[in-house]
Amino acid sequence: MTTFTDPHKESFRLSMLIYDTRYRSMTIQVVAMFGFMLMAAWLINNTIQNLNALGKPIDFGFFSEPASYDINQRLIEYNSRDSHLRASFVGLLNTLMVAAMGCALATVLGVVIGVLRLSGNWLVARIMTVYVETFRNVPVLLWIVFFMAMLIETLPAPNAFRGENATASMWLGDSVAVTNRGLYVPEPLFSRSLGDVSFFGAFNISLDLIAIVAVLAGGLYVSHRIKVRADRVQEATGIRPTTWYQRLGVVAVPVIVLLAGLGFHLGFPALKGFNFQGGIYMRNSLLALWLALSLYTAAFIAEIVRAGILAISRGQTEAAAALGLRPNRIMNLVILPQALRVIIPPLISQYLNLTKNSSLAIAVGYMDITGTLGGITMNQTGRELECVLLLMLVYLTISLSISLVMNWYNERVKLVER
Amino acid sequence: MADISFVRTEMLPEKTPPATSVGLIGWMRENLFSGWFNSILTVVSLGFIYYVLAGVLPWMFQSSWTANSLSQCREAISAAHGEGASGACWAVVRERYLQLIYGFYPDHLYWRPNIAFLLTLAALAPILFSALPRKMLWLAVVAPFAVPWLLWGGSAWLPLSAALGFVLGYGAFRGVSQLNGSLAAIIAGVAAPVLWWMLLAGPFAALVQSILPVGIEPVESRAFGGFMLSITIGVVAIVCSLPIGIVLALGRQSNLLIVRTLCIGFIEFVRGVPLITLLFVASTLLNIFMPPGTNFDIILRVMIMVTLFASAYMAEVIRGGLAALPKGQYEAADSLGLDYWKAQRLIIMPQALKISIPGIVSTFIGVFKDTTLVSIIGLLDPLGLSNAIRADANWNGIVWELYGFIALMFFIFCFSMSRYSMFLERKLQTGHR
Repeated sequence: MTTFTDPHKESFRLSMLIYDTRYRSMTIQVVAMFGFMLMAAWLINNTIQNLNALGKPIDFGFFSEPASYDINQRLIEYNSRDSHLRASFVGLLNTLMVAAMGCALATVLGVVIGVLRLSGNWLVARIMTVYVETFRNVPVLLWIVFFMAMLIETLPAPNAFRGENATASMWLGDSVAVTNRGLYVPEPLFSRSLGDVSFFGAFNISLDLIAIVAVLAGGLYVSHRIKVRADRVQEATGIRPTTWYQRLGVVAVPVIVLLAGLGFHLGFPALKGFNFQGGIYMRNSLLALWLALSLYTAAFIAEIVRAGILAISRGQTEAAAALGLRPNRIMNLVILPQALRVIIPPLISQYLNLTKNSSLAIAVGYMDITGTLGGITMNQTGRELECVLLLMLVYLTISLSISLVMNWYNERVKLVER
Repeated sequence: MADISFVRTEMLPEKTPPATSVGLIGWMRENLFSGWFNSILTVVSLGFIYYVLAGVLPWMFQSSWTANSLSQCREAISAAHGEGASGACWAVVRERYLQLIYGFYPDHLYWRPNIAFLLTLAALAPILFSALPRKMLWLAVVAPFAVPWLLWGGSAWLPLSAALGFVLGYGAFRGVSQLNGSLAAIIAGVAAPVLWWMLLAGPFAALVQSILPVGIEPVESRAFGGFMLSITIGVVAIVCSLPIGIVLALGRQSNLLIVRTLCIGFIEFVRGVPLITLLFVASTLLNIFMPPGTNFDIILRVMIMVTLFASAYMAEVIRGGLAALPKGQYEAADSLGLDYWKAQRLIIMPQALKISIPGIVSTFIGVFKDTTLVSIIGLLDPLGLSNAIRADANWNGIVWELYGFIALMFFIFCFSMSRYSMFLERKLQTGHR
């Protein structure tokens, strides 16, 4: 008689941690974790020792001390007696401003160039190819200093606008002055202003601006409702009501009424003393950075747009045409929604690159966050560790928020497949 | 009744197409003047090209190559082309091109960076072009040790003893794998060279040097500059970032939670901050992170940071390639019974890397362009040197010539890299269309 026993149950042996795939992954992870923590501990220990030796333990108290340096391009009130914290905040706003301006201009230019590169016109397509290759293959820092030099060297100095036989003149009926110190454009002024509202006692925002934005947003919402209703009518009856004048009206009329009520007028720049006064002043460092970043990034965006359009197969166009759609609607309903799905993710990563490249502002003296927190504040206080870490944290926050938006968008437009 | 029906019995000779649809005229009608809008575009483009060329060409060619300062340049140009003529002062390039290429490297030692550059090219060539003889791959083994030695100089025993570390590692691996299992062999193969480099390599080199001095004149990192510096940093970052990037990408794709988290954290952190902040870390903070008393070379610190930066981007590019690979490839590899590393080496990576070639090369180009950022932390790359040259009283006020020269050099490097990537894509194209 034979008996069947269970196969010999293997007891756990130490070597199974390595040779058994069930446990090996655990071993690897523990080793990795251990190694990482060891390295982190080593680095932190070194840092503490070094900082103690230098006699400057980590301390963010310097942020409340007066910065005692000037920032000449700023969005909020600031003077040199304000704290380092406020100086950094001014820098952060400057970073965000140049990034937003750059993204807007780069998108417009990039789309135009990308479409023109696909043009049937041989000459235009070649010119755009030359543009893209030139801008992509030369470092962006070189473009920034190049544009800075161009603005300084080729534009007239403010005193060229002076006197009877001035060698330079303002543009657009004496409203825009282009000088080698920067650009002066008319500023919006309100004779019956609502005043400012203070946020946390830190910075003021004009109530006029808030009112205008609110009214504009309301108008756009109503306009959107009108469109939705028109869509519904079209679904039901097949006839689309003409709504463009209603939609234009609900957006434009309230804004115009509000502007008239606030007493809107333009303040023109004028030559006083050695320089222009009045108007909005954009320094040449801002202009150079803006133009260089935009033109450089536009070359990349052009390639993205071109690739996006080429990625849509011809069959899509032909199928839409076979359904009897007009070319306009083919573009709007068939090609663009598909091309945008290809275009948007790399486009947003270009926005990210532009924002990060704006840190090169330090090369032309534009006071962005790198110029304030990572530049003068760091050099004045000698707090390298705190400043650089905070600087990284700020950029990381910006990047991660943009990535979050991108992931959300990707989820939304993702093709739902089997 | 006459038969009026007519049937042609022979072929007519072909007629030539109308003159307006063939040849130059036909091409122009099709590509430049196919409609009123296109015609306007063509005319506007021609006007634009004329405007640009009329501005740039006279400036480029009404130039002076011989002067020794900007004022002399302007005098020479006015004398040759009439009062008020503006022209390029290429003389600054003639006078300073050596500096722009080599920085402040001692001029009697220029042969060393030259040979190092040629050696790098020769070492890369068999990797880049498969038509070349495979024996040239030995150069790729020699170059990593020979090139730094040529550039920095010093004792010849130091690179040799560094190379000995690899030999030791290999020896330890072979020796232990015969005695014990493969894992112990791997550990021994890693531990032996690391211990050698950390503890023994330096004293060993010094000892041999004292017995048998062989060496060339050492050159300080401070003397490095110009395109030599850019290329050195760029090549190191490019060569090192690819393997690190592959490892990071695999880590990010891995099932191991901790490994994956660490990789994601590293990649997202590095990609989230601008390179300039990493360079700030290199110039101000890296010494704080190291044990007290360590003070290593600024160029080495910059290289480490640029390499880390490049590897994070590389990892994302390669992850894209891995993600684009059909799942069937992974499953096929598993069903053949290949283990993880064999599957990666034989099946996954060759395809994933091929897919990601355009991205890899554009990362390379980006890294090479980004080496200009080191001028912000005070290294004398071409841009940093251009500021130094403009600070010279003789050349104060010169702008376009220097920037133009630097831009042209960068353009040549980057453009040829992108052309190479297109060549490689075509060569590796195996799809059937």
